[in-house]
Amino acid sequence: MDRYTFLRQLADSWVLLVLTLVFVGVILFVWRPGARRLQKDAAESIFRNETKPAPEDREAEDRKEVD
Amino acid sequence: MWDSLKLIVLGAIAVFAAIAANYARDLAFMVSALIVMLAAGTAFLWTMRTMDDPIRQRALANAGSEYMDGVIRAGVIATAGWAVVGFLVGVVIAAQQAWPVLNLSEWTAGYTNFGRLRPLHTSAVIFAFGGNALIATSFYVVQRTSATRLWGGNAAWFVFWGYNLFIVLAASGYVLGATHSKEYAEPEWYADWLLTAVWVTYLAVFVGTIMKRREPHIYVANWFYLSFIVTIAMLHVVNNLAIPVSVFGSKSVQLFSGVQDAMTQWWYGHNAVGFFLTAGFLGMMYYFIPKQAERPVYSYKLSIIHFWALIFMYIWAGPHHLHYTALPAWAATLGMVFSIMLWMPSWGGMINGLMTLSGAWDKLRTDPIIRMMVVAVGFYGMATFEGPMMSIKAVNSLSHYTDWTIGHVHSGALGWNGMITFGALYYLVPRLWGRERLYSLSLVSWHFWLATIGLVLYASSMWVSGIMEGLMWREVDTQGFLVNAFADTVVAKYPMLVVRTLGGVFYLTGGIIMCWNLWATVARQPRVASDRVAVPAE
Repeated sequence: MDRYTFLRQLADSWVLLVLTLVFVGVILFVWRPGARRLQKDAAESIFRNETKPAPEDREAEDRKEVD
Repeated sequence: MWDSLKLIVLGAIAVFAAIAANYARDLAFMVSALIVMLAAGTAFLWTMRTMDDPIRQRALANAGSEYMDGVIRAGVIATAGWAVVGFLVGVVIAAQQAWPVLNLSEWTAGYTNFGRLRPLHTSAVIFAFGGNALIATSFYVVQRTSATRLWGGNAAWFVFWGYNLFIVLAASGYVLGATHSKEYAEPEWYADWLLTAVWVTYLAVFVGTIMKRREPHIYVANWFYLSFIVTIAMLHVVNNLAIPVSVFGSKSVQLFSGVQDAMTQWWYGHNAVGFFLTAGFLGMMYYFIPKQAERPVYSYKLSIIHFWALIFMYIWAGPHHLHYTALPAWAATLGMVFSIMLWMPSWGGMINGLMTLSGAWDKLRTDPIIRMMVVAVGFYGMATFEGPMMSIKAVNSLSHYTDWTIGHVHSGALGWNGMITFGALYYLVPRLWGRERLYSLSLVSWHFWLATIGLVLYASSMWVSGIMEGLMWREVDTQGFLVNAFADTVVAKYPMLVVRTLGGVFYLTGGIIMCWNLWATVARQPRVASDRVAVPAE
């Protein structure tokens, strides 16, 4: 089997299957439990830190809030 | 130390460019080399004069506690300036189509012909106007949503100046005859190499900023911007694989040929639309619409699905540009099917953008900026419905090679890309220069209506013209002979070409009004808030 035919058959069988499953997995992952709170926080993140960067230790505080 | 190294590199570039200009084998290469020499020389002088400036040293030392907005201000100015240049060239070539005498071929020996000015127009609006808008807004958005200063210090300035130098090299090259002859990838090899260096730096600055973010999330707009940067890097390198004939000449030879070249070109061409003109501008949509409406995006879940669906599907849609050609039929069908599937995520994104206004629809009456953004999203929806429809083989056999395609591209470019960029510029200028508000909201309304009416004139005249052309080309008499010669269609579409030019004039006028309004916002109003945040002396 020459290379073109092999790659062609691989592409429209296994690779297609894997890519479709990855895509479906990514979509399902959006609905994972506990995602709603994180997504709400991310959606509202644009209203923070408008004029200047967050201070250095901000990241640690954020983690505390989430916990 | 670092500045001395920069001086050495800049000096070497200037000297090498001077040598290259001397040995140049063609005019385009010589002019490009001279431009590079001047640019490197200017940068050399500027570096030398500022390297020991104490004020600048102090500003740099304090820089960590502020956002890097200087490069964004420069980007906003470049965006507005290139907008007018690009629209103006567009109006000129539209007029050339209606009145061919405007090619001025006899006076300018062909240098101002449609064939040379057309790539100048497309590159000026897509890469100069659109690209500067994308770079400037992405730097703005990634800093605000990551709550940190841009990574890489002056690398962002290299991205800005390098990108604009690339545009000048490309534009002067087109007029002087240096071209790859690949649509939307016309710049010759040396400009391509420069863009590659600039783009890798851009990627590093963007990813570096995300990596040092002080915010737990990577906001969805950054995902869109990042996909745009990564994909354009890949598309640009693969589609421009070429070997220069001489180091001192502008001519280069493509590595691909025949149908592979065509496929690579339209894989590039359509994903330039998909990732440059769609994904990047969606990043703008997902930041500036929620900010201007002062409410978070309608559904963050939908925005994530929008992103992944777009990424998975867009990359396959290119072959729909090559229906009924030497491309294998299965590849064309694949492109068509993916184009049609693409309709769904596109409309998901449109709905997400529009519904962000739910509960704030009254703002449409009072805020012309949000009106502009909503029209942009509406045209995004319209163009992403029209595109899949035109990719269907039966429709494409009528629409391909006609003005319908031009109309489709412009309802996307003027409607979606243009309007969302204008909205972003109106949002950014008062904030970047520390002004309380825009100079005149009624001028924004004028711009809005001029642009919208111009757009409607443009799109509708091109529909009429395109469908008429398609029908005339395929019309056969009872004997099976073609009824119309090609020249008959050219005569028949004259009125539509005039209306199209008029639409362009409207759109250009709107752009000029915008530039004046933005200039007056800065120059004719007092500064209210400092654009540099004060740092305590400690």
